[in-house]
Formats: sequence, C-alpha cells, structure tokens
Amino acid sequence: MNIVIIGNGISGITCARNIRKLDAMAGITVISEETAYFFSRTALMYIYMGHMKFEHTKPYEDWFWKKNRINLIKACVKKLNSRDKILHFENGNSIRYDKLIIATGSNPKTFGWPGENLEGVQGLYSIQDLERMERNTKNISSAVIIGGGLIGVEMAEMLHSRGIPVKMLVRENSYWRNILPEQESKLIGKHISGHGIELLFNTDVKEILSSDQKRVSGVLTKVNEKFECQFIGITIGVKPNIGFLESDEIETDLGILVNDYFETSIPDVYAAGDCAQFRKPKSGHPPLEQLWYTGKMQAETLAKTICGQKSAYNRGIWFNSAKFFDLEYQTYGMVPAEINRQQKSFYWEHPSGRHAFRANYSLVDERILGFNFIGIRFRQLTAEEWIREGQTINFVIQNLKKGWFDPEFTKAFYNDIAKAFFKNTEITTD
Amino acid sequence: MKDISLSLTTPSAGSPFQKAGAALTSCGILCCIIATFGFGNNYPFTFFFLIIGLFIAGGLLYSIPYFTAKNGLKNDGIMQNSLSSKGAIAWGIAILMTGFYIILYWFPSYLEGLIRTMNPLSLLLRGKSADQWFLYGTFYTLAVLIMSIRFIGKYKFSRYQVIRTISVMFFQLGFAFLLPAFLLKLNQPEFYFSYFWPLKYSYFFPNDFDYLIKSGNLGVFMVFWGLVMTFIATPILTYNFGKRWYCSWVCGCGALAETLGDPYRQNSDKSLKAWKIERWIVHSVLAFVILTTAMLWLNSWKSGTIFGNASGLLSQWYGFLIGSVFSGVIGTGFYPIMGSRVWCRFGCPMAAILGLIQRFKSKFRITTNGGQCISCGNCSTYCEMGIDVRAYAQKGENIIRASCVGCGVCSSVCPRGVLKLENLEEESRFIPYIRHENK
Repeated sequence: MNIVIIGNGISGITCARNIRKLDAMAGITVISEETAYFFSRTALMYIYMGHMKFEHTKPYEDWFWKKNRINLIKACVKKLNSRDKILHFENGNSIRYDKLIIATGSNPKTFGWPGENLEGVQGLYSIQDLERMERNTKNISSAVIIGGGLIGVEMAEMLHSRGIPVKMLVRENSYWRNILPEQESKLIGKHISGHGIELLFNTDVKEILSSDQKRVSGVLTKVNEKFECQFIGITIGVKPNIGFLESDEIETDLGILVNDYFETSIPDVYAAGDCAQFRKPKSGHPPLEQLWYTGKMQAETLAKTICGQKSAYNRGIWFNSAKFFDLEYQTYGMVPAEINRQQKSFYWEHPSGRHAFRANYSLVDERILGFNFIGIRFRQLTAEEWIREGQTINFVIQNLKKGWFDPEFTKAFYNDIAKAFFKNTEITTD
Repeated sequence: MKDISLSLTTPSAGSPFQKAGAALTSCGILCCIIATFGFGNNYPFTFFFLIIGLFIAGGLLYSIPYFTAKNGLKNDGIMQNSLSSKGAIAWGIAILMTGFYIILYWFPSYLEGLIRTMNPLSLLLRGKSADQWFLYGTFYTLAVLIMSIRFIGKYKFSRYQVIRTISVMFFQLGFAFLLPAFLLKLNQPEFYFSYFWPLKYSYFFPNDFDYLIKSGNLGVFMVFWGLVMTFIATPILTYNFGKRWYCSWVCGCGALAETLGDPYRQNSDKSLKAWKIERWIVHSVLAFVILTTAMLWLNSWKSGTIFGNASGLLSQWYGFLIGSVFSGVIGTGFYPIMGSRVWCRFGCPMAAILGLIQRFKSKFRITTNGGQCISCGNCSTYCEMGIDVRAYAQKGENIIRASCVGCGVCSSVCPRGVLKLENLEEESRFIPYIRHENK
C-alpha cells in the first residue's frame, strides 16, 4: 500500500507516525512545500522573540524519518487528479498513490480591505510568514494588529519583545469576547494593556493606507480615525488551504468535506486537520476544527481507519489552552461566552487580577459542565473525569486540590475559591 | 502614549543598568589581572575591596532590570545574544575560564599576586594566609551568590525557583565556604559537610579516613557523617524527592551551574547520540572511582602487598583526569559552549548513583498534564541536562530520566503549564496519559 500525505504539519505527521506504528509495511510519503522537516508551528513566536532557533522547533531529529521509513518530499502540489490517483507537482514531477491524505492546514484569513496586499501587511501561519515578518518589522517604529484572537496576541507579544509599540484593533467590545465570558475577557484585556499594548475595542477597519502605493503607512477605521504604522498584522482567523483542489471533482465547501471517518467524496482520499470540514458536525461542535490538539486527535483516528481499524472521530471532552503574555489559560468541557438558562456559572478572581477560576454547572442537577482556569494550572485527567462522571459542583469545589497542577511551593487558591463559593451559594440540603 | 521601555518583559542588552553592570564586572576582571601581575602583593587591601566591590556592584546592577521588569519569562533575545548563543563573547569567556582553571590547578605561582589580595579575608575567616584554593573558593562562592541574585530576579514568578536558589546560596556560603574556614581556624580538619563520596572521592580513601579519625572526636564524626550521607541518606532522600534534593538544592557544582551557568543552559546537546555518550562516560567514571576506592582499601588492608604502587597511581590519575581536568577545566570552562552541566551530565559519579536510584526506585517524576503539550520545544531547549523533554511530553508520558536534576526550568518555561515536578506513589509514574476515547 502506497500512502501519500500532503502536508507535514501536526496532522500529516501524526498520521504518518501512527500509520507506521500500526503497519510496518505501508509505503509512506509526506509532501511539504513549507519545510523539509516537521517543525512545531506553535513555536513560531519563540523564534522571533529569540527564545529558540528554528532547529529547536523540530520535534524529531532528522534521522528519525529515514529510520521509520517515512519518505519526505519538499515540493509544491499543483493539482490532484483523483480519477487516475495521481498528484502533479509544480516542478513537473508527479506521484501516484493508493491512498491519499490531505492535511494542508490553513492560510491566514483576509477580509478584502483596500490595501490588504501592500508590503508590510501580513498574517502569521507559516515559517515563510515568519521570515516575512522578520523583514517587514526591521527598523519600524509602530505596528497595528487587526483582530484580537490568539495569533493576534502572539504577534503583539512578538513585536513588543522588540520594543515596537503595538495597537490592537478589535471589532468586539472586549478581548476575545466571542469565546470568553465577560469577566475573563476583561481580565485578559487588562493584562494585555498592562504590558503596554494599546487595545482599541469596537474598532472596525475601513482601509489600509499607503503613502507611496507600495508599503503600508497606516490604517483608517470606519469612523475615519487614522493610525500611522509601518506594519500590520491581520489576525482575524484562518481558512483551509485547499486552492490546489479546484480542478478536481472532490467536494469542498470552506474546507474539504469529510464524514466522521475523514473520508472525502472520493474513495481512498481522506482529509484531516485544519483543512477538513465535517459534513454533518455533531450538535454543538463546529464544522471546522483548527487547533493543534484537534489536528493531532483527528490524525490519530484517521491513521487507524487507514490501517484497517475503521474508527469514527470522537473529540471527547473539549479542552484548549493558550497564553496571553504571562497569563496561562486552560479550559475543559463547555464554557461558552454566554451560558443558557439551564446553566449556572461560578466565577472567582484573585484581587491581583492574575488568577481566575470558573465552573459552569447544570441548574437542574448541579452537575459540572466545564472549567476555565487563568493563572492556575490544573490536571486535565481530573477535570475530564469530573465532567465525564457528572460530579456535582459542590463535590468539585471541595476537591479542587486533587487537580491542582501549579508548581510546588506556589501559593494555591483552592481554599479561597471554596470559601467564595460557599459564601455566595445557598447550599441545598437534602 | 505609554512609555513601553518601562514595561518590556525582558531586560534588553541595551539597558543602561546591564551595560553599567557588564562594564563594572569587566573592570573587576581587569583588577584581577593587574593584581596578578604583582600589584596584589603591594596593595592587598585596596585590590581586595576593588575586586570584590566591582564584582558585587557589577552583578547587582546587571540584575536590577530583572527585578524591575514585569513577572513572566525573560528569555527574549537569548538566541541572538553573542554571550548566550555561542558567539564571540561566549568563546572569550570560555577561553578566560578554561585558562584560569589551568593556571589555578597546575601553575598557581603565576596567581601569587591575586592570591595575596585574599589574605585579609583568609586571615579573618581561617586564621591563616590565603592559598590558591581559598582564592578559588572565594571567587566560586561570590559567583554563586551574585548570579543567584540574577537568577532569582529572572525567575521571580516561580516560588520553586526562588526557594531552590536560596537553598543553593545557603549551602554554598555556609557549608562549602564559611564552615570549612571556621574549622581550620579552630584547628580542625577542613571538611565539607555538603560533599560526599563519590563526588568528593578522597573522603572514602584510606588516607582521609586515617587522618580524620586521628584528628579527634570531630574527625570521627566527619567520617561517620560521610558514611551515613552516602549509604543511608542518599538512597532515602533520592527515593522520596529524586536526585534534585542534592543536585539542584545542595551541591556546590550544581549551585554554580544553576547560577553562573544559567545564561548557557540552552547550549546542552539534546541529540540521542549525546545521550548515549553521556551514559557511557558517566557510568565509566562511576566504575573508575569505585575501582580506585576498592583497590586503595584492599592495598591498605594488605599493607601494600597486593597492588604495590598501582592503587596509589590510579588514585592520582583519577584526581588528575576526573577531579581536575573533567570537573574543573572542562566542567566549568566549557559552560558557554556545551551548556552549564557538562560535568554533572557526563562526569559526576555522584550524579550517576543518584540517577540510577531516580530512574529505578523513586517517587519523583515530571508529570505531563494529559494531552496538553503543543510540542513547542521550550522545555527541551532550556533543559541544561540535554533531556529531550518534549519527546516525552508530546506523547503524554511522564519524564523519568536518570540525568534529570529537577531544576524545574522546563516547567517554568512551558507556555501551557504542561509539566509538574512532583513526588507521588512510585507505582503510577510510568503510566502514560491515554485519551479516554482511545482506551
């Protein structure tokens, strides 16, 4: 069996590794335009900030691929011909496959603002984007970030580490408000501002300006406010990188349409990671999953299917994490920006504004639904177990210590949280 | 507009404090050189205060920006900095330190001028004039203390790091500097209560035993202390807390590596090949010291009839190759190029023993928090022992490695809070995280 994987990101590589674990004989080829070897995209910001060099971001040494008989090709795929099971490269070469896995990830989303293509305007996704950012931010004196998500705050931190003043233009009225409940959003917003980033909320961009028609010189908002800058980071999300599929009959929408087995509309062609879109997403689940974690979990599931152990994807209990400057954030289970009428929410915040905790639970039976932790590290195993088993909020609050994951000697807050909870809540007696 | 220079997360190399600090430290080094060329003999007091004063003032000034900066990680620019990324400055420091060790060990007469500047302090503490080892001890302790302050500033957000660093300062200053000096003043054997066999190999050699026991009750206690620490305390403490109770909390070599060596920790080799070499060398050194000790005792027991001069010769070679060249010249001199723990990782026989216990019989582990690792690589990059921490973390496996000294920096630099050093039940430590859905 000759398996070809397009994309050497976390999804493609996880597929390759897991297929090799399950099948010693399969031929495995991974094609990438971006880099010769797998590297960790999550570490791009640390290269810019000087915490790491590119070679530190490679999770496996270069000999690993040959030893595991995973064939690596650095080339750009131009066209898929799924009828003849053949891939054509930009350099004229082509490759045949028995099974094809498309894991091409994403590209930064753009909006269509005038001036979007000026020099000094860019997103951040690939190593090439990082190299461009390195060039684009040489000797500049101010920068603007459009969009306030996770990449936005990363870019802000990167620029800040070089002493470049940053303004962040955010459409919502508070930071990452489409994901975070109000209090967390405010707390994180305050933290980011505290680092000297100018957060401008309720700000819509009208146009990106240039004084010489070549390079960016500023940005104009919908209320005709003008901000001068020599660099603009656009961080309004990502979109599946599937342009090369246009000429084929494979069904796509925003991404490549797949079922729960990551099968596309074409036999023997699969898609996983950022570029895949669920045809029928489960209720409450998004059709596109664009996280490191989901890319990895999808690929593990797909590898089983490829190797004959047909397995449907089950994302399990939701989790995610991020870091906003010094503030670590972990979330487990369902903690929506706004709760519905069947839910209750308990929020605690330390007076320093550096630690916060939220637990959402069901109004009817008080079962725990999800957690947010800010400036607190918590054991994933414990949080998941409690959510899966439907422990009551009282039990959870009384047992927080069990899941506490902060380093030894760190001041712990589980007692403060419990005190606050039992003071504010009527304890129902049987 | 806000002045962002005040809120920078990382003290930049351009900070006036750091520039001034570096300048004063360089002046201190210059004073050392001038003193070495004879002026130290003539003006010991002047040069003593100049050297010590400049080093302290330089170190403190250099550390100020770490304390005034916001909480949080301060690794910005490390890979671009010549000092920390094996640039010209790093090579310069490596040559300077290596040269100092070579002169110190084998040509101390050249340092006479510098040694004399330490006379005032030596007379005060030990009641006798300074020798090359007192000079070395003073510089060593000074380096640990000053760079500890920098380290505490850099990692002030982590109480584990702060408390651990106060511990190494305490043991270096108290147990490895002041106490041995006072013992000398009281006409007692100069004994280091924080060093044990096989790191301090001679403490189990027949000569040292004889000398200590003959020197009186305190000497007998010292022999007893050494035996208890090596054979009873070491296994018990390592079982309960891992190797770290010694290597990154007590040991003087560890103290210097964690403090003076911190700017270089990222230069350790993380490759599988380096790990293989490490295991061969460190266990060979352990075998070497056990063999040497055993032969010396056999020979002493049979009054020299078994090995003749051979065992004595072996111990001399051990002292030269391992005690001086490896632990001193290479171990410290090569900090800027090979990372801060060259000796601890490749050479220290004490670390080898602690490592074997930690790997096979201990409650210590670095727990990986479920599936949270994003494979960024900060942990591996900043592991001074060259452990590829990420290789375990991204598989949901706990990190249980003989070489881990438990410094805790991997946990401190992790941007997702994935790693936690802890002592839990021994049985559970090798169980990896598996997603519930995959069980």
